[in-house]
Amino acid sequence: MTDGAVRQAGLFAAWRSMLVRDLTLAMRRRADVLTSLFFFVIVVSLFPLGVSPEMAVLRGIAPGVIWVAALLATMLSLGRMFADDHHDGSLEQMLLLPHPLSLLLLGKVLAHWLVSGLPLVLLSPLLGMQLGLDGDAIGLLMVTLLLGTPVLSLIGATGAALTLGVRGGGVLVSLLVLPLYIPVLIFGTGAVDAGLSGMSYEGHLSLLGAFLVLALVTTPLATAAALRISVE
Amino acid sequence: MLEIRDLECVRGDHRLFRGLNFSLQGGELLYLRGSNGSGKTSLLRTVCGLLEPAAGEVLWKGENVRSQRDEFNAELTYLGHLNGVKGELTAFENLRLGCALSGLAVGEDELYDALERIGLGGREDLPTQVLSQGQKRRVALARLLLSRARLWVLDEPFTALDVAAVDQLAKLIEAHLQKGGMAMFTTHQAVDIRAGAVHEVNLDAQQA
Repeated sequence: MTDGAVRQAGLFAAWRSMLVRDLTLAMRRRADVLTSLFFFVIVVSLFPLGVSPEMAVLRGIAPGVIWVAALLATMLSLGRMFADDHHDGSLEQMLLLPHPLSLLLLGKVLAHWLVSGLPLVLLSPLLGMQLGLDGDAIGLLMVTLLLGTPVLSLIGATGAALTLGVRGGGVLVSLLVLPLYIPVLIFGTGAVDAGLSGMSYEGHLSLLGAFLVLALVTTPLATAAALRISVE
Repeated sequence: MLEIRDLECVRGDHRLFRGLNFSLQGGELLYLRGSNGSGKTSLLRTVCGLLEPAAGEVLWKGENVRSQRDEFNAELTYLGHLNGVKGELTAFENLRLGCALSGLAVGEDELYDALERIGLGGREDLPTQVLSQGQKRRVALARLLLSRARLWVLDEPFTALDVAAVDQLAKLIEAHLQKGGMAMFTTHQAVDIRAGAVHEVNLDAQQA
C-alpha cells in the first residue's frame, strides 16, 4: 500500500471508531437520549389539549407543531455533544489526532443524528396521526424530517462547539442556533403544507436537500475551528 | 527534531514567559521546572499545538507544526492533567478506541497485554468510572505502552500514581528514549530517569 492509501485506511478506521464510540456512549446513557425523545412526544401532545381537539384545526397546524417540537428536542440534546469530552480531556486528545478534525466530526455528528435525530423521524408518523394528518402528508413529513434533522445536528454541532465552556451555554446555544434553524423550519413545514393543499412540494424538498449539502460541507470546518478555540 | 524558537506565551493579560529557546533530539529528555503558575502546562500545550503562541514558533523537523498538523500529531503523544478516559467505557474499550482513533492497528491480545502490564489485570472490563484516581491514570498511561509516537509530552504524569507505578513509568520513559524517542515532562516529584541527554528548562528564570 502507498503512504496515501495507508493514511486513508487509518482515517476510515478512526472515523468508524468515533462513530462507534459515540453510539456506545449514548447506549450507556440511555436516559439522556430518552429524555429528548419524550420531550418531543409531550410537546406535540400538548397542542390538542391546549389549542383545540378539532381535527381540522390540528391538521392545519400539525406540520409546524411537529417541526418546532423537533427543533426544540434537538436543542435539548446539543449540550451533551462536546461537554463531556471537554470535561474529561477526551476533546484535547481528539484535537491531537493525526486526522483532519472536520472529517472525524462528521462521524460524531452522524452518531448524534442516529441517536437524537433519526428517532424523531421514526416517531413522527405516530404524532402525525395524533394530529389528524393523512397517509400522504405523513410520508411527506417524514421525508422533510429525514432531510432536515441532519441539518439540525450539523448546525447544532457548530453552536455547541462555540458555546463550549461558557457559563449558561445551554441558553446561549439556543439563541445562537435557533435563528439558523429557521430556513429548515420554513421549507420543512412549507413542503408538508404544500402537499396538504395539493400543490407541488418538490421545490421545498430540493431546497432542504441543498441545505443539507451546504451544511455537510461548511459546518464541520466551523465546528473544528470552534473546538480548537475552546481548548485554548 | 523538535525546536522551540523565541517562544512567548501570554494567558489573559499576564505574560508567562518570552524568548524561550530549546531543541530536543532523539534520545533526549526535557525536564521542565517551575513553580505553580509559571507556565509549564501552557508551554506543553503550546508545543502540542493546543495553544497558539503569542510569538515565536514550534518547529518539527524544521517546519512549523501548524503547517503540518496531521504529520506532527502522528508522532506525538500528549498526556495532560485530564486523562481523556471515558467513565462509561471499560478500560479495554477506552484503550481500543484510543488506539483506533490515532490510527494504530493493535490486536486484542496486545491491548489486554498492555493493560496487564500497566497493572490493570482483572479490571479490564470494568467501567472506568468505578476505578480509583490512580487506576484511571493507568488507563491513560496504557496508551504510552502502545504508542509509536516519537515525541511524548507528559504533563505531571506521576500524579495519583503509587510508588511502583511511578517506577514503572520512569522505566517506560527510559525505554522510549533508548529507542530514539523524545520526551518532555513536568513533575514536582524527584524521579530518576536515565537519558542520552537531559535538558532542563526552568520557567521561573524566564519570567519577564
